Amino acid sequence: MTTLSVSGLNVWFSTEDGPLHALKDVTFDIPERRIVGIVGESGCGKSTLINAILGLLADNGEIRNGEILFEGQSDLTKLTRREMQDLRGPRISTVFQDPMGALNPVLSVGEQMINIQYRSGQSKAEKAARAIEMLKLVRIPDADSALNRYPHQFSGGMKQRIAIAMSLMMEPALLIADEPTTALDATLEVATIELLQDLQEQIGCSVMFISHHLGVIAELCQDVVVMYAGEVVERGTVRDVFHDPRHPYTRRLLECDPARQTERTRVLPTIPGEIPDLRHRPEGCVFAPRCLERHPGCDMAQSERMVAPGHAARCNLVDQSAAEGESA
Amino acid sequence: MLNYAVKRLGLAVAIVSVAMFLLFCMIYLVPGDPASVALGPRATDAMKEALRVKMGLDQPIWVQFWNFFSGAWTGDLGQEVLSGRPVLDVVLEQLPFTLALIAGGITWSVAIGIPLGCWAAINRGSFADRLVGILSVAVIAVPSFVIAIYALLIFSVSLRWLPAIGAGEPGHLGDQIVHLILPSLAVGLGWVGYIARMVRASMLEVLEASHIRTARAFGLPENMITYRYALTIAILPTITLLGVGIGQMLSSAVFAEIVFARPGVGKLVYDAILTRNFPVVTGAVLVTTVIFVLLNLVADLIVGALDPRVRSSF
Ligand SMILES: Nc1ncnc2c1ncn2[C@@H]1O[C@H](COP(=O)(O)OP(=O)(O)OP(=O)(O)O)[C@@H](O)[C@H]1O
Ligand SMILES: [Mg+2]
Repeated sequence: MTTLSVSGLNVWFSTEDGPLHALKDVTFDIPERRIVGIVGESGCGKSTLINAILGLLADNGEIRNGEILFEGQSDLTKLTRREMQDLRGPRISTVFQDPMGALNPVLSVGEQMINIQYRSGQSKAEKAARAIEMLKLVRIPDADSALNRYPHQFSGGMKQRIAIAMSLMMEPALLIADEPTTALDATLEVATIELLQDLQEQIGCSVMFISHHLGVIAELCQDVVVMYAGEVVERGTVRDVFHDPRHPYTRRLLECDPARQTERTRVLPTIPGEIPDLRHRPEGCVFAPRCLERHPGCDMAQSERMVAPGHAARCNLVDQSAAEGESA
Repeated sequence: MLNYAVKRLGLAVAIVSVAMFLLFCMIYLVPGDPASVALGPRATDAMKEALRVKMGLDQPIWVQFWNFFSGAWTGDLGQEVLSGRPVLDVVLEQLPFTLALIAGGITWSVAIGIPLGCWAAINRGSFADRLVGILSVAVIAVPSFVIAIYALLIFSVSLRWLPAIGAGEPGHLGDQIVHLILPSLAVGLGWVGYIARMVRASMLEVLEASHIRTARAFGLPENMITYRYALTIAILPTITLLGVGIGQMLSSAVFAEIVFARPGVGKLVYDAILTRNFPVVTGAVLVTTVIFVLLNLVADLIVGALDPRVRSSF
């Protein structure tokens, strides 16, 4: 069964300079018990995607069409506020990027962990015991007394572990992690990733892991979704996409990954150009203005093509380059 | 914590000392010889001279200042010119009335201002929000004595709902509270506006914070988010503002006490100025300064008690 199935999702923001098409026909699945990575440059719509799933889009944002099917039954785009609120936390929980700001500074860690169990119907002591158990699981030293402490009394890495403990406390079916390790240094990043992996296995939830760090995605995830300018340009298993990238953007992204640099260069390669203004999307392929493999067919609308079972790319060249690959 | 308290106390002492110095200069610069002013035009030179000696006015200025300064710190604020009663006693007798008035003013401003500000922030951009904005500016702009006079005319004179003058029967708490309603409203109404604006602004800021997003992502009820997660933070600058605002409320209290003919320090000072009873004026101002500094300190301690980040930096 798929935990989350997003299909044809379109999100628009109304801005002073006109409507902005932030997500266009976004389609992907998060199968049960799998970790799916979402990659893409800053501004490609990763946070918008999370907010659309959580029902927390900004007031000027709107889902125009598309479906977000959760656990095969409820379409999240059609739920009432109340129903959505009941899913957030117990069924779908989130770890955000900024560990410093994710916890409330004036409430004790204990109060925050107890408050989010408000639906459990347990006594306060039971909720506190559960919180301590989770803090132990994420290896917070002195977990019992940690409940009485405040966020500023913990280091950044510990705060992020507390945030992870909070998000997994109610054993959700889906964990959404929005660049949970970007603010941490390299060693902490590795430790946090391992912790996430451990807990995911124990709890058996699915994870949607947002990152722009390809190394982390390769390490942690089984599937990957590559986004560009609010569109899914390529998706498939990590093995397929990383070893046989079919979309020119994915190829450029992989070339630019510092971990993949074989020679030491002074300047890291970056993709020249910028994400187009999403208020004025190009008629054809969104990546065309920056694409090195551009050809006349790029001015037409691109549709997603399956290149192998479970591996899709949104580029009209796909068939052709595949054919060339075979003939070569 | 101890370190912080010592620092704050030192600062408080310094502020009061400066206030004393300014007060002393003020009396010294007021035209006319205090002894002749006190005794009136028909006093003989010998009588004036005797009073001058008694008041220490024949001493060099720095001795006079030292006497004033050391006296004040030990609670000796001099004697009332005519009755000879210690000024401190006279002021302390009036102080509870003024403190009650200030407390009433704070109660009004907090009880109305905070919910109003919250409500405006939650319904940002709505008609209600704009209405609160306009009303806030209006009550801030109207001087408190105007509010006092209108409140008196409407609720006491025309409608006869509330008593017009006095502080109520001594020892009868209910009666005293009824007498407090209008004057404290006059003192606090402007602050309803300040607090509503302040709470609205800081609520809007806090509601944007990422921890509020986290709270929403955990599906916490909106009420809990607003009042427990956001307001607890948004309230902090408001408390600091109130600590400072008490100075302004003290000056509004003077008008309220005059308009409603209530006893109190403001009324005391007003009468003392009219009768040129200078020791009472300086004594009352000094006591008020001490009260102001203390209440400011209390406001900071409350912020410390509510904000663990501040508490641990004490
Ligand atoms: N509330 C909003 N109003 C208008 N435009 C918005 C709003 N939120 C996001 N956008 C626009 O939508 C696009 C996607 O933004 P989003 O924050 O989802 O990107 P992101 O991939 O999360 O970037 P980052 O990696 O920097 O977090 C951007 O062009 C952004 O300007
Ligand atoms: Mg983002």
